[in-house]
Amino acid sequence: MHKHNSNKALDSKLNAVSMSNKQSIKNLDSYTHVRGESLYVDDVNIRQGTFHAVVFDSPKAHGHIKHIDYSKAEALEGVVRIFTYKDIPGKNQIGGIIPDEPLFAEDEVHFWGMPIALIVAETEFIARKARSLIDIDIEELPVITTAKQAKAKGSFINAPRSFSLGDTEKGFAACDYIFEGETFSNGQEHLYIEAQGAYAEPLENGNVKITSSTQGPTAVQKTTAQVLGVAMHKIEVDVTRLGGGFGGKEDQATPWAVMAALATYHLNQSVKLILNRHDDLRMTGKRHPYESTYKIGLSKDLKILAYQAEFLQNSGAAADLSPAIAERTLFHATNSYFVPNVETTVISCKTNLPPNTAFRGFGGPQGMFVIESAIAKAAHEIGVTPRQIQEANLLDENDTFSYGQIAKQVEAKNTWNSATTLYNIEALEQEVEDFNKQHSDFKKGLALMPVTFGISFTNTPMNHARALVHIYLDGSVGISTAAVEMGQGVNTKMMQIAAQVFSIPIEHIKIETTNTTRVANTSPSAASSTADLNGKATLKACNALLQRLKQVASEDLKVSEDTIELKDGFVYCNGKKSELSWTTLISKTMLKRVALTENAHYATPEIHFDKTKEKGHPFAYHVYGTAIITTTVDCTRGTYEFDSVKIVHDYGKSMSEGIDLGQVEGALAQGIGWMTMEEIAYNDDGKLLSNALSTYKIPDIFSVPKEVEVIPVDTKGHDLAILKSKAVGEPPLMYGIGAYFAIQNAIKAFNPNYNLKFHAPMTPEKVLLSLYDNQLI
Amino acid sequence: MITFILNNKTIRTTEHSGMTLLDFVRYEQRLTGTKIGCREGDCGACTILVGTLSQNSMTYQSITSCISPLGNAHGKHIVTVEGTNLKDKLTKAQEAMKANYATQCGFCTPGFVVALTGFALSNSEHNYNTALDAISGNICRCTGYKAIEKAAYQLVDNLENQDKHTVNWLINNEFIPDYFETIPQRIKDIEAKDFNQPQGKYVSGGTDLYVQQADHLADNEVHLIAAKDKLKGITIENKSCTIGANSTVSDLWNHAEINSYFPKLKQHLKLVSSEQIRNMASFGGNLVNASPIGDMTIFFLALNSDVTISNDHGNERTMPLKHFYQGYKTYDLNDGELIKSIHFKLPTNSTFFNFEKVCKRTHLDIASVNSAIHLTIENNNISEAHVSIGGVAAIPKYLHETSTFLIGKPLTSETVINANAVLQDEIAPISDVRGTSDYKRLLGRQLFFAHFTALFPKQFTLNDFVQHA
Repeated sequence: MHKHNSNKALDSKLNAVSMSNKQSIKNLDSYTHVRGESLYVDDVNIRQGTFHAVVFDSPKAHGHIKHIDYSKAEALEGVVRIFTYKDIPGKNQIGGIIPDEPLFAEDEVHFWGMPIALIVAETEFIARKARSLIDIDIEELPVITTAKQAKAKGSFINAPRSFSLGDTEKGFAACDYIFEGETFSNGQEHLYIEAQGAYAEPLENGNVKITSSTQGPTAVQKTTAQVLGVAMHKIEVDVTRLGGGFGGKEDQATPWAVMAALATYHLNQSVKLILNRHDDLRMTGKRHPYESTYKIGLSKDLKILAYQAEFLQNSGAAADLSPAIAERTLFHATNSYFVPNVETTVISCKTNLPPNTAFRGFGGPQGMFVIESAIAKAAHEIGVTPRQIQEANLLDENDTFSYGQIAKQVEAKNTWNSATTLYNIEALEQEVEDFNKQHSDFKKGLALMPVTFGISFTNTPMNHARALVHIYLDGSVGISTAAVEMGQGVNTKMMQIAAQVFSIPIEHIKIETTNTTRVANTSPSAASSTADLNGKATLKACNALLQRLKQVASEDLKVSEDTIELKDGFVYCNGKKSELSWTTLISKTMLKRVALTENAHYATPEIHFDKTKEKGHPFAYHVYGTAIITTTVDCTRGTYEFDSVKIVHDYGKSMSEGIDLGQVEGALAQGIGWMTMEEIAYNDDGKLLSNALSTYKIPDIFSVPKEVEVIPVDTKGHDLAILKSKAVGEPPLMYGIGAYFAIQNAIKAFNPNYNLKFHAPMTPEKVLLSLYDNQLI
Repeated sequence: MITFILNNKTIRTTEHSGMTLLDFVRYEQRLTGTKIGCREGDCGACTILVGTLSQNSMTYQSITSCISPLGNAHGKHIVTVEGTNLKDKLTKAQEAMKANYATQCGFCTPGFVVALTGFALSNSEHNYNTALDAISGNICRCTGYKAIEKAAYQLVDNLENQDKHTVNWLINNEFIPDYFETIPQRIKDIEAKDFNQPQGKYVSGGTDLYVQQADHLADNEVHLIAAKDKLKGITIENKSCTIGANSTVSDLWNHAEINSYFPKLKQHLKLVSSEQIRNMASFGGNLVNASPIGDMTIFFLALNSDVTISNDHGNERTMPLKHFYQGYKTYDLNDGELIKSIHFKLPTNSTFFNFEKVCKRTHLDIASVNSAIHLTIENNNISEAHVSIGGVAAIPKYLHETSTFLIGKPLTSETVINANAVLQDEIAPISDVRGTSDYKRLLGRQLFFAHFTALFPKQFTLNDFVQHA
């Protein structure tokens, strides 16, 4: 299943676990997906008389609001009311980590697209028309769009953070080679196909129910309560499913839900607010652009002895999740390598862009791009291949990360060696070399990309989840957790767990919507941890119920409890099937007045982190892998295609191979997109230029690698991973970083005079200009 | 009254003909399987099928409903994902998507399912490549497409590699529900007569206008012309071709004879938008949109085309396309005038045509620079030359100087290199979101060279034009 285009010789070399039963589990949501019957926020039934809302936002990136004239908009027929900060009964504050972000601008605007007011009307069309009738006068202030400008002006979100290990001064002193340089990686638009949105309904007693397309229902609930100045129990947040999130709906789904709730609170009427694509692109933050500098030192035998990096994070106009994202950059600054002397600093720079936010990888990819750039630069200068440097420095068992965690169950070398042998790296490199000798108008390039990614929220207190499991009278099961289904297949995984514990068909199990009244005080579905945390909670709840059921069965069958097992819908004693079926057992349990409901709480053990020392053990475990990316560059046109991506990935013991493979392939495409065609552009005034799908391009079916091969590395998995099936959401995104270096290697094959630049994304423009860099035109 | 069949239901509506078909199916009919992704035809989440009756059978095409006016549904069979559903089981397209893990968040999924169903219903060749073409306008942010690719291939296998199937075969093999059989008769029965079009903005396929001014069109009268037969059709006479302005890019794509004259036509047109858009976009619309980067405009400029323009009174005038454009988004067309048709001489054994386009993403993207060339070569001498280029001037540019320079020159690398010098003087690119001016200048050169390496691969390689290691 995992291997496409496999051959028998390759198969025989593999010792992949047999997972035929796991492969057969399809994504259980796909039945309604393919029939168009899955319900997203814009699809739920709305009450009669529902109003529709549109956000009025700042047409300038920075300035004082001198005057706003709403009169023409208010006079338009069908306009119900326009809400501003003056209508906020509680606090005009939505900042999660740092309280620095108003819901609506008051006297100043800080980014182009900053919400100023909410126009509520009978239809969205009328609201949009009203928006065009608002006059605003802004006295412009200087605009900062880059992190470097912000640093020069001393504009920061918070204090810098630094991690260190060993002694870099001594380390560099012992080096034979030292290289310094700078890199840039651009932002990335999430481009969930379902734009942001929420639907708020008034309930009794001033209570409000919000259906939100959010990864973080509790954040929506908490922030709404704060803005409305009411207690949290008055706000119910329900999430059916998301049409994509990728981090973009972790924090930034909140404002729209709060606005809809605010209007509902005042009007006592349902209000729907779904952003159209242009509004979404303009008003929401993206992956953080980073401007970084590095210094890398190596010994003659290519050991990296010392590494320094300073990361300037373009945080945008408010903190949002930037401090946490900055932290993860430091955690992953040395990627899969052991470096004995490390000093890394990250500075969150405040600019006049929309607050940048979580995006799959959460700062990790930005950190990894820098060390991979440093290695590429060092290899180029020394005259070796980057592969030689990468290979010489891979993490080993018991190596120390710069944050103090000791690496355990390390698969860095295992995945690397498996990839290079199973895919025969020498032959692949030879193929590239031969091709390049034979062709002058096309050149191939190859790069390897190892990945090591820590699993857990780095903010230790967030690593918990709950599950509420009901077994109904007829034996059917309903499960509520904090997990939000956004395509990652977490619903299927939760069902698999319950089906396995109870040994009943998956059709008897339903995963409920994610709702704050059933599962409260949750962490967002993020950090690749959703299946682990919620799965462990579900497992715990199901096991508790199972124990009770076994007790009832043992009394009923008059046998000792430890001989009892539930299998295929029946009770088994000592391995023999009894007459007692699952459904009968459930009715008997009910008659005995034994609870058929369980609420379990799970908190990841072992993890801790001390931010005063910047040391600890923040991750439950790490995920490892290695990718080999091959590209062909058209040296006439500056375009490129990816011939293949060959991966050895550490799934642990995957509980659903099809779903997990989908995560790898999808993350890979996103990572390649970030490194190649996806180009965010703001002008100097802070206006977003890549403001539509016609100007911001994400990969289509023709631009993804022609061949993607993924082989699972044979490991025993990790106990803190759900059923030993490791988290898979984010780590594979970083395989895409290899795309940059593969293209760069192809450019070098065409134009040896090309000066290496580390400025992502590698668009066709940059490729063509590099192919003819320092050449006569 | 706009009359059509929506899935299995006859619709007679007095809704505004300029509202989008997407809003009508989603919000008036509560068919929420059709999703809103971008409202500019760039993601395919709102893909639906349009069935047209011709000679007692239906021809189905996929379109993006977000940039299509409701009025264009008049007399048609419109199929949303709900209209493809079978009772309690999945169709072949749906099953292929499910079996191959080709859905993750599911938001783009109905668009893919509908496009694949349209592919099964279409008369095009059914192979792996054409299956991917059919979903070229569908964007997925979750899967990385490899699973969707497998689903598409499985569907091709299910079609047993046959190009055409009867509706009955498709019904019996669970590609579509059985009511499809009743549609041709019902379309005849509803007798959708042409309704009087109000005075208002002329709209054909709507693919440009709805991207730019959907709200305006939904709020003001529109004059729909897509159904006007007199503006449709591709005819070949006296070694020249006439294309009705209302013909779509797909009409050209599907025209067998034109394809024989332009062997690389499909390859070229594949670079022009997506299948959904090609099914709607009219040539007349592409010309009057006057984008400096309009692909088909660049194409026709190099063919040295003429355009025929007609007015309300039936008067006609014909002029060379290269003289049609006057400045940025301005052109020689008066109020009440419409482009009626485009004409050009067909290639002969001694003529060579090529089209080049480079953008951030090869498919379904707007070019940074595009260019076309049409050369007549006699005894290795260029006797006639027409070169056009887009994205480097305020108008889609016919390169008068470069074309003139080439005429009478031998077909050598020296000629090409010297012609590029002329070309560079003739263009004036500006920096914008499609690229910096330096890039567009370099790319203009490269695409000009590419014409010659593509047309004369035995004679030229890149090395003949550029110095490098």
